[in-house]
Amino acid sequence: MLYQYVARRLIATIPVMAVVATFVFLLLRLTTGDPAAIIAGDNATAQQVEEIRAKLGLDRPIAQQFAIWLGNIARGDLGESFFFKKRVTELILDRLEPTAALASFTLVLAVLVAVPLGVTAAYKRGTWVDRLVMGMSVLGFSVPAFVIGYTLIYVFAIQFAWLPVQGYQRLGEGFGGFIVRLILPSLTLATIYVALIARITRGSVLEVLSADYVRTARAKGLADIGVLLRHVLRNAAVPIVTVIGLGIALLIGGVVVTESVFSIPGLGRLTVDAVLARDYPTVQAVVLLFSMAYVLINLIVDLTYTLLDPRIRY
Amino acid sequence: MSLMRLLAFAVVLAAALPSSPASAQTTLRVVMHSDLKIVDPIWTTAYIVRNHGYMVYDTLFAMDAKGEIRPQMVDKYDVSADKLTYTMTLRDGLVWHDGKPVTAEDCVASVKRWAAKDSLGQKMFSFVKEIQVVNPKSFKIVLKEQTGLVLQALGKPSSNVPFMMPKRVADTDPSTQISDFTGSGPFVFKKDEWKAGDKAVYVKFAQYKPRPEPPSGLAGGKVAKVDRIEWRAIPDHQTATNALLAGEIDMIESPPHDLQPVLKKDANIKLLNLNPLGNQYVFRFNTLHKPFDNPKVRQAAWYAFNQEDFLKAVVGDPASYKVCKAMFVCGTPLESTKGMEGLLESNFEKSRALLKEAGYDGTPIVLLQSTDLAVLTNLAPVAKDLLEKGGFKVDMQSMDWQTLVARRAKKDPPAQGGWHAFLTSWVAADILNPVMAGFFNAGCDKAMFGWPCDKEIESLRDQYARETNPAKLKAIAEAVQVRVTHYPTHIHVGQWYQAAAVRKSVDGNIEAPVTVFWNVEKKGR
Repeated sequence: MLYQYVARRLIATIPVMAVVATFVFLLLRLTTGDPAAIIAGDNATAQQVEEIRAKLGLDRPIAQQFAIWLGNIARGDLGESFFFKKRVTELILDRLEPTAALASFTLVLAVLVAVPLGVTAAYKRGTWVDRLVMGMSVLGFSVPAFVIGYTLIYVFAIQFAWLPVQGYQRLGEGFGGFIVRLILPSLTLATIYVALIARITRGSVLEVLSADYVRTARAKGLADIGVLLRHVLRNAAVPIVTVIGLGIALLIGGVVVTESVFSIPGLGRLTVDAVLARDYPTVQAVVLLFSMAYVLINLIVDLTYTLLDPRIRY
Repeated sequence: MSLMRLLAFAVVLAAALPSSPASAQTTLRVVMHSDLKIVDPIWTTAYIVRNHGYMVYDTLFAMDAKGEIRPQMVDKYDVSADKLTYTMTLRDGLVWHDGKPVTAEDCVASVKRWAAKDSLGQKMFSFVKEIQVVNPKSFKIVLKEQTGLVLQALGKPSSNVPFMMPKRVADTDPSTQISDFTGSGPFVFKKDEWKAGDKAVYVKFAQYKPRPEPPSGLAGGKVAKVDRIEWRAIPDHQTATNALLAGEIDMIESPPHDLQPVLKKDANIKLLNLNPLGNQYVFRFNTLHKPFDNPKVRQAAWYAFNQEDFLKAVVGDPASYKVCKAMFVCGTPLESTKGMEGLLESNFEKSRALLKEAGYDGTPIVLLQSTDLAVLTNLAPVAKDLLEKGGFKVDMQSMDWQTLVARRAKKDPPAQGGWHAFLTSWVAADILNPVMAGFFNAGCDKAMFGWPCDKEIESLRDQYARETNPAKLKAIAEAVQVRVTHYPTHIHVGQWYQAAAVRKSVDGNIEAPVTVFWNVEKKGR
């Protein structure tokens, strides 16, 4: 039954991805800007620009360009970047590690910080702890990621010189440098995520705390910590997992900004560079990849429900 | 242990863990004005690719600090008595990065590929009858008629620079990008370490044989004094500034003017004006559509503008700009203010009178504003203000630079997605004479966007190309300048300078129209 559900969901992603592909393709073509003119440079003549346009196939009708692109996608070929002269697949694979590392580190950090904060705020409802956590949540929600990033850089990299300002070191080049360079970007990116998860956790835990079975557990003499971990948190987990999943969209948006601020050569930076340069094949591929990731994460979240709540069946 | 101490301890511990192997070589880390995405300096005119070219390739001739063309790879050259044959002999000991000797055959192929793409190269080649290899170290250029362009073109400092490549590379179709990056310059491009969006790496070419003279501009001895140079891609100016302050990088080629006061305050950083000729801001007309199809309407803008307003709005610090009425740049042999009397002084009454005389009907001027490049953003609002004071109606449309680049190529009427005017900036090295400077081309459809069409300007440019006498060249350039005040192709609205920010541990940066890295040394690693 579960397998059938997964298969149905996976098949359903095909039309979703087709809509995304069409939308991205048309959006890019309707956006002003000419990759050939950008590649040719400021001093190029009209003839030079035309030559490059022909070389890139941009002189063909849009319908033809779309058909070629779709055909290539169907064969698993994402095309070649206009600028980098590399296969887009190669580019993406090259940039995957920094983004995956940043996103994973952020996710772990955010969950480890936000869930205890949210549970504590709910448990200490109405006290200064609750107000502090919720106040910080509102702040984390409201302050843009780049402001947090620059502030962290100023304090920890410029004033105290504890951490590097920017850059990324691949895991294969040494764990020390890898982790040190991830701290500030992850803290920046985690802030909004912590705020979001902490608020939802608090709300969800509060709802469960007033349930009869919690009162019963307490009446049986179970310690508060045991009640929270065994009865409250598990039953409050579905909304929390949902928001973590939905928050992946936030994470993707945040990665774009954070990678720019901290000069991390990941997929976010690649997206910004490709959009600014009107590198159509790269933008199309990255957007498709992010969309695919988002769809799959939502599927994983849905499947997680069955583990957290045995009453849920597919 | 406090939380902060714990954090600091953890960080120090992590940093102490094994990282990449230690190396004794000197590495210079630089943030250039742009990321390197394309690596064929003949295929594109982008300045970052030109700068890459100066790292990897060498040139036959080069411009020195005085603006004179000097032999570079060429040891000696002879010009025949009739000035129709140039024979060039290469220096001894020139080798490609793969160890093979540089030959005349390589140079001939390189010159041909460059001339197929570059506008000055094309102009020079219109005089060329043939180009022949004489022996492995010599070749000759035979002209159909005299021109003063041969050395000017081969020693051209800016895009497209005639860089020399091995014949197998130079034989690549000029419309196809090269994939073999073998050069003979002072640095070797590390293709395996190049990651666009992250870094481009160059290492010292041990076999490079520099000229014996001291470096001067782009000429003279190119001695590589650091082992490795990394061009780091940090697109965010604030982050680059912070990285320089923290010592993570050694140099920023083009820090924005608004961040320079922060850098100036730091005792470890110096600001250097490495390009004394600087850059020139330009207001470009589209001469195809009303009302700018009427030269008298365009002339009104000469009267409405003044350079100081533009420069104050964009650059701010008077030490970083110069009010300069010379179209071929102040501080160059062709500097002149002839024809500029009364212009660029914001004489709004004269501007309005000219518009009335021209029958200007109040058609709004579609002025394109680039909003994403700090060095350009404030130009258009100033132009709008001055033009309106001078009697024009202006419709300023804001967009990112890449959109502007695409739109300026359109010949459509302004109401249908075209344009009337935009502002940009030229590196002075690109506009040193009327043949080289693209905006003086008034060859109608063959001209750059704006498409001015004037036989007199074209005739003068042709005369310039044929002339070899310096005094006469200057007279022709002045005549072009005067003609452009009557038939405006563009208006120069100020000269400005871009300082580079360099840590004090770095020394030996050369003043030149292009940022180059030979002669640069660094204390420590």
